[in-house]
Parts: sequence; C-alpha cells; structure tokens
Amino acid sequence: MSDIGRLRGAREAVRLWFAPSRVEAEGATPDYRFSLANERTFLAWIRTALALIGGGFAVDQFLTHHLTHWVRVALSLALLAGGVACTLRAVNHWVRCERAMRRGTDLPQSRFPASLAILVAVIAVAMVAVVLFGWAG
Amino acid sequence: MDAAPAGEGGARTGSGRWVAVETDRDPGLQPERTRLAWRRTTLSWAVVAVLGVRQALRRPGGGAALPVTAVCVLAAVFLAFLALAHLRIQRLGRSPQPARLSRRAALAVLTCTLALAACGAALIL
Repeated sequence: MSDIGRLRGAREAVRLWFAPSRVEAEGATPDYRFSLANERTFLAWIRTALALIGGGFAVDQFLTHHLTHWVRVALSLALLAGGVACTLRAVNHWVRCERAMRRGTDLPQSRFPASLAILVAVIAVAMVAVVLFGWAG
Repeated sequence: MDAAPAGEGGARTGSGRWVAVETDRDPGLQPERTRLAWRRTTLSWAVVAVLGVRQALRRPGGGAALPVTAVCVLAAVFLAFLALAHLRIQRLGRSPQPARLSRRAALAVLTCTLALAACGAALIL
C-alpha cells in the first residue's frame, strides 16, 4: 500500500471512531453478548496499554543503578509509545469488530499483536542483557 | 440422569432430571464478566496513577510547576476513569441485556489513557 493510501486509511478509521451513526446505519444489531465480549476485549487492550505505561514509569524509577539517564529515558519513552499505540488500537479494533458484527462479515485481521509481541520481546532481551552484563551508569 | 444442556438455563428436579427454567439471566454471565473487566481495569489504573504520582514527586531539580500540574492531571484522569467505570457498571447491572458500550465512553477512555501517557512523557523528559 502506498503512503498516501495508508494515510487515507488512517483518516477513514479515525472518522469511523467519531461517527457512530455511520456504523449503526448498516446491518443488524448483534447479540448483546457479542457486544459485551467485544467490550471486554477493548478493556483487555486498555489494560495492556496501562501495563506498558506503568512499565515506562517503572523503568525510569527503578533502574537508576543499571542504566544511564538517556538510555532510561529512551526505554521509558518506547514503552509509553507502545502504551499509546495499544490505546489507539483498542478503540480502532473495537469499532471495526462492532461494524463487522453488524455486517455479518469476518472479524478484522491484524498484525498488531505480533508487532507488539516482538517489541516486548526485544525490550525483555535488552533488559536481560543489561542485568547480566551490569552496564552501570 | 440427563446431562445439563449446554448454554441453557435449567434446574434439577427432585428426581434428578434437568428442566428448563425461563429466565432473562445469561447463563454465560456476560454482564457480570464485563463488570469485573471494568473493575480490573480500574485497579490497573490505580497502580499506574500511583506510579505516576511517585514519578512526579521524585523528579530531580526544576521548578514545582510541572510536578504539581502532573499530579493534578493524574488525579483528574484517574477520577474521570473511575466515574466512567462506575457509570458503566451501574448500566450493566440495570438490565439483564445491557446496551452496548457507547462510542462516547470508549473515546473518553481513550482520552484518559492518552492524557496519562502524555503526563508520563512530560515527567520522564
């Protein structure tokens, strides 16, 4: 997909967040239990975002003896950015699932969980390396 | 003895037979599970908000303006989320087939979480 196409897709997605009438106009209202399951998934992603944000705070507050100031700041900001991405994803996925259920189509596919897993794995490996080799500040 | 039919409300009679009972309650307890998911999320919020306040209090150097503002923002967004969760939990308990989460509530959760992250970035930098 070209960059312009991607930008247009993002704009379209954000417009969908703010336009409930556009989603509610199509298809049939799904079983309330499916909507509640979608809501719980949304909350689970919000908790993931909170865990990443909390991890960002924790890195800055508790790794003072292991990392220099700027490494700590970079790592914290990376975790905070991951939290922001998870939050945006939570709302986007919730809206898209709701729409798919109304239309009776397949639920949206996403590469996001795999990307997040890789990000978390990289940070975890970096932390193990820091602890093992004792990179003191 | 009959096996319990999956996914349907029922009760065992004296002779051990399952009979269907008319009920509005979802046997999968979806509203209750959703209510607990909101509770868990509020708990996570509390932990992160406390870490954020700790971050503001132990910030070395600089003026007091940023930490004070940050603590106020953290308290405000935590209370906002608490109120959102409370209202949603009340709605979930009101009817056996509760309405779905409103778009406005989802965007409010988004705003709270983004404000928390922005606050964190300002404190860490």
